[in-house]
Amino acid sequence: MILKLNPSAGHPVYSQIVQQVKHAIETGVLRDGDLLPGVRTLAQELVVSPNTVVKAYSKLEHAGLLEIRQGSGAYIVAKRRVRSRAEQTRAAQARVQILVRGLLAEGFSDEEIHRMFAAELFYDVSCEKRP
Amino acid sequence: MNDEMAIETHELTRRYGDTLAVSHLNLRVPRRQVTAFLGRNGAGKSTTIKMLLGITSITSGGGSVLGRAIQDPAQNCQLRRDVAYVAEDKRLYSYMTVEQIIRFTRSLYQDWQPAAEARLLKQFRLPPRQKIKSLSKGMRTKLALLLAFSRRPELLILDEPSEGLDPVSIEELLQEIVGAVANGVTVFFSSHQIAEVERIADRVCILDQGALLVDACLDDIRREYRRITLSFYAPPPKVNPSLPGIKQVRISGRQMTLLATENANAVAELALDLHPASIEVTPVGLREVFLETVREN
Repeated sequence: MILKLNPSAGHPVYSQIVQQVKHAIETGVLRDGDLLPGVRTLAQELVVSPNTVVKAYSKLEHAGLLEIRQGSGAYIVAKRRVRSRAEQTRAAQARVQILVRGLLAEGFSDEEIHRMFAAELFYDVSCEKRP
Repeated sequence: MNDEMAIETHELTRRYGDTLAVSHLNLRVPRRQVTAFLGRNGAGKSTTIKMLLGITSITSGGGSVLGRAIQDPAQNCQLRRDVAYVAEDKRLYSYMTVEQIIRFTRSLYQDWQPAAEARLLKQFRLPPRQKIKSLSKGMRTKLALLLAFSRRPELLILDEPSEGLDPVSIEELLQEIVGAVANGVTVFFSSHQIAEVERIADRVCILDQGALLVDACLDDIRREYRRITLSFYAPPPKVNPSLPGIKQVRISGRQMTLLATENANAVAELALDLHPASIEVTPVGLREVFLETVREN
């Protein structure tokens, strides 16, 4: 799978890897039993610190999405639960697609739409924490 | 002494006449990580590195590298066997050819890796029979890097390793660095290339006028540092800049920007009470962190 990392983004790089692997599992790009590259290989491929890869793999292992077998590699674990989540994700993505296309048609730029989504998510998070 | 630290200094100071080149530096570089050392020209980075390796004398304070005291000449001599160092000027014996200096250096170290040597010689396209004095600056840098990466030291100290390298070689250098760390090596390097630091570093230390201004994990900067921009219909109200988490407040016309180094959500919540027309929270890259801290100082 192809990972696209942005070292200047406001998310730790390990969590970008985690999110993208999760997304790949949800959309079926990665399937049960698929082998991920070793820590050293992936670190050199992505040109990131190996500690970042180790952290991402351990988070994925913790989430039950990766099984690390010593000396053998890191295998994707995608159970049925994940597959139904995959369908939900596809449906949600279709809705987002309609919304975004609508906004683009109204003349909003990518940048503006990005900001609106970010602001909405941000307000949501900060409101949740309000008493 | 801390075994988790490859480098640890206590109030390390170097004075040149009236100038404090390095001032009461408490530096900590964890083992098996990539730590970047940033700072403007003349900030004291190279002086610090040279004190760690016993090349420059220490005015006061001290420290340890790989558990050995840097101020003790015998221990410093020992520690240098476990450290590979690429100096800022990449000085090498200019009368030797590429192949001669490789053979010479190989004979000095037991940890020499012939496979790494062969691979880098090919990658960097170094001409084996050419004299060092006729090599370009970039080629000399590549040769110095080859000599460092062909060993398996515990600690690699690189002083501006990417300076003068072409983009392909920079990419190869960064891959070598992360590969070395995957093998358990600790890397401490200085650089002016913020974009490359941001890609591979676990930690960053920012030095200015001999003092350490930032010592942070890059993931913490990504997670915690935020620029909060508030726009108002009228001139912005006054804000107490000593609020925890706010590092800086700037007002420009009807806009106010806050730099939060922690709890950006809580800070933005407070900002909502100022009833801004709009509020925007954006991540802060390492470049901005660097410029803001060094300019403020």
